[in-house]
Amino acid sequence: MLLSRKCRFGALAIAILLAGALIFTPGVFAESHQDAYKIGGIFSVTGPASFLGDPEKKSMELAIEEINAAGGVDGRMLEPVIYDTEGDPSKTVMAVGKLINKDRVTAIIGPSRTPTTLAVTPMVKRAKLPFISCAAGNKIVDPVKPWVFKTAQSDVQAVASIYEHIQQRDIQKVGIITVSNSFGESGKEQLLAQAGDFGITVVSSQSFGASDTDMTAQLTKIRQEKPGAIICWGTNPGPAVVAKNAKQLGIEIPLYQSHGVASPKFIDLAGDAAEGIFLPTGKILVADLLADDDPQKQVLTDYINAYESKYNETVSGFGGYAYDAVHLLARAMEGTNGDKAKIRKNLETLKNYVGISGVFNFSKTDHNGLDPSAFVMVKIKDGKWELVE
Amino acid sequence: MQEILQYLFSGLTNGAIYAVIALGFSMLYSSTELINFAHGEFVMLGALCMVTLAVNLGFPLIPAFFLSICAVAAAGLLFERLAIRPVRHPEPIVLIIITVGASIFLRGVGMLIWGKDAHSMPPFSQHPPLDVAGARLLIQSIWILIIVAALTAALQMFYRRTLTGKAMTACAVSKKAAWIVGIPTKWMVMLAFGLSTGMGAVAGAIIAPITMSSYDMGTMLGLKGFCAAMLGGLGSLWGAILGGFLLGILEALGVGYISSGLKDATAFVLLLLVLYVRPQGIIGAGEVKRF
Amino acid sequence: MNDKAHKIAYAVFALAVILLGWQVDNQYYLQLMIFIGLNTLLALSLNMLMGYAGQISLGHAAFYGIGAYVTAILTTTYQVAPVLALPAAVGTAMLVAWIVGIPTLRLSGYYLGMGTLGFGMIVHIVLREWSSVTGGASGFVGIPPLEIGLVVFASGKNYFFLVWAVVLLCLIMCRRIIDSRVGRALRSIHDGEKAAAAVGVDTKKLKLQVFVFSAGMAALAGFLYAHLVYFISPGTFSFVASIRIVTMVVIGGMASIWGALLGASLLTLLPEWLHAFSEFEMVVYGLILMGVMIFLPRGLTRGVLDVYERYRKNHDR
Repeated sequence: MLLSRKCRFGALAIAILLAGALIFTPGVFAESHQDAYKIGGIFSVTGPASFLGDPEKKSMELAIEEINAAGGVDGRMLEPVIYDTEGDPSKTVMAVGKLINKDRVTAIIGPSRTPTTLAVTPMVKRAKLPFISCAAGNKIVDPVKPWVFKTAQSDVQAVASIYEHIQQRDIQKVGIITVSNSFGESGKEQLLAQAGDFGITVVSSQSFGASDTDMTAQLTKIRQEKPGAIICWGTNPGPAVVAKNAKQLGIEIPLYQSHGVASPKFIDLAGDAAEGIFLPTGKILVADLLADDDPQKQVLTDYINAYESKYNETVSGFGGYAYDAVHLLARAMEGTNGDKAKIRKNLETLKNYVGISGVFNFSKTDHNGLDPSAFVMVKIKDGKWELVE
Repeated sequence: MQEILQYLFSGLTNGAIYAVIALGFSMLYSSTELINFAHGEFVMLGALCMVTLAVNLGFPLIPAFFLSICAVAAAGLLFERLAIRPVRHPEPIVLIIITVGASIFLRGVGMLIWGKDAHSMPPFSQHPPLDVAGARLLIQSIWILIIVAALTAALQMFYRRTLTGKAMTACAVSKKAAWIVGIPTKWMVMLAFGLSTGMGAVAGAIIAPITMSSYDMGTMLGLKGFCAAMLGGLGSLWGAILGGFLLGILEALGVGYISSGLKDATAFVLLLLVLYVRPQGIIGAGEVKRF
Repeated sequence: MNDKAHKIAYAVFALAVILLGWQVDNQYYLQLMIFIGLNTLLALSLNMLMGYAGQISLGHAAFYGIGAYVTAILTTTYQVAPVLALPAAVGTAMLVAWIVGIPTLRLSGYYLGMGTLGFGMIVHIVLREWSSVTGGASGFVGIPPLEIGLVVFASGKNYFFLVWAVVLLCLIMCRRIIDSRVGRALRSIHDGEKAAAAVGVDTKKLKLQVFVFSAGMAALAGFLYAHLVYFISPGTFSFVASIRIVTMVVIGGMASIWGALLGASLLTLLPEWLHAFSEFEMVVYGLILMGVMIFLPRGLTRGVLDVYERYRKNHDR
């Protein structure tokens, strides 16, 4: 009796499953707004990388609003379809599947992190869809994949600008401390790989967990090796703890941070301990300090004003990746009538686009399109950014 | 020498925090046989409440400290009343899933209230770190150690000297027997919840000045506290303290002499070793129970 | 009678799978159902351990991860054919389970939960830190598609049928085990380990066997996942993932094969539906978890059954 009841249950479960599957099936063929271009966005709006995803989502919406207000692309509006990845590769795969097959978007912007980006590149390759990532990892565009572009500066350039600065100050030995996630790992790889080119030796390489509360042990270990500088590679809040701990330990040597903390939030968090820290950043943080003839100055000021008045919060260094991606895409879409292969081709040949993160020059061999001049070195002084050089 | 001392200081500070979290786990377990997977989230609530009260609303430290503990303890009581008590068949696995659900819920609430960014606050007192034979000891660390010591003493007093405390111990020994002799076990469970989550809030409030607090800080802290409680012996007050400090110090030494990448592994390898060799923990003597 | 009813259930199930696979053309829905299939495998494997043998595991994602990483490393780094990597992946997971299981399964209750949790965390840390082999935190790229003979299982329908065929096979296999002498012995462990030992059940050996079996099945799911997404990273196999599997089992209903299917389906679909809540997603998800457990503590299958029973009793009266 009991067992046969169980079977009935099995049948019921199947029925529920079937019904569930069928309920959402009708949506498949419904295609809304034949005249608007749908642009997919996938960002880690929540989860550990929300500090990236949140401003990226807002910037994407902002950019699309701007483009639509100016009459859209060839008279057709853009319509954003944005999903949250929570920084989870499986969820990202699902979201991209939905964008490609259910929402039928013309192109996809995002995700915010390197692993989520790498998880979906095989899918966009299969779907033959233009895809502009907002993540930092160099693995995304090296080797070059035809459909994959990215707008965030690579850690390659960030590491190069830090090492250049260290070299100028005649420091030969550095200690590095990196966060144990994809961002820190990618940074560590570059730091170790490029050190030789600048005549620098990495004497100690430590790591910390993304939510660790105390890094004094790692810093003590580094101090033992007597390096001339310490480079920390991570995203908030870890690096702020590193800065605090370094100050508490009385470490006098210069501390370098990565572009991962390039937001006013870092100064907020680290407080006094932020004084004297060097970091490479896109020009966005120092827009008002730039020379008037800097090509990016106008673009940056406009973006900052628009973002701050729309969302009523200070701009971070990360939203610009999505903002650039939308504008680049819009430019590439002109005159293509939504033909994805043409959009891709246009993207690949796009030159001299002045964006938030730098001046983009894409080519067959370079799908990031930025050179080291995209970065400037800044120093934190009196709680403010200051240009170095 | 200087390094070893520095590792010890770092370990003591972290260990003290693990100890307070472990205390929360242990107390609740001994009187309800429940492991609260949302405990780390109460630590997070404590830290963020403290930051809001002390920094954003400008409360003086001491009222802010006690207010945030009371607020979190109240949340803990509410949690017991709304989510734990209505369960008709309180099987452990069901309770585990409920507390896991609660931890997700609380993290969501934390994100809605405090946003996705981290928050920081200044230390309890503005003094430069002490210099002990070349190693630096933070004043905040001393504060933490003092608070933990006071807390332990108070708990010990509570269990040994007060009627309520003795009643709670009785509940921990046998709930039914306690009920038969007229102890209001329902109230005891509620009290245990309040104390345990309050303890979590203490951990959060004392950790807020030395680190950055954000809505997702609780998970790892909760797990480490859990490890510490298991190490020392689940359900034992001194076990929790010992486990916490041991874990903190070994972690710091592990970073110094093994590898910083494996720092989190230290806690879990240690945990497995203890479980395999002496499952009741270093101090705990209770019978190892099954579901 | 029972046997016949089961056969009918499987036939209906197989028919439903074929029908769905045949009818649905949209890649997104196929993908969603593939993920449901993978999660069903995971939930089923844990259900054997938790629901039937009564042994909790909070580190099941470790075996899922081992399966995925072994095949990834073999097929990508060493160019082994995926078909040959399958036994290696499943075998490694089973071997690890056997080694870990001997000391761990002596524990019980929260201690066992803690032991498996610790094991899961350690595996996760190894996957993250051993970057020369596993690709580290950035993940492992370039896993080839699954080829069996001349058939290439690229995503879509092919893969859908493959995954669900595996699910069906595993369902039948589990049902066979449960209905056998071993299954009865397992349930006796669940109800009372000492009593089971007293009537002559070799509880130690049996628990280890079911643990190893369950690990193998989870590794199979990991193998399928790796060749579906072509990319894996340690985050997918973390503590959170382990908890999600436990949740699937408990929400679906412990000690119920169809419960695993239901739990896996619900927990895969739920986040898709909750997208609408955006910022409130976590809050709503947490509330649903708590609500189901408070009101239907025996899981959905049993819970709905209870409600149905009550209704029928009232009706008959």
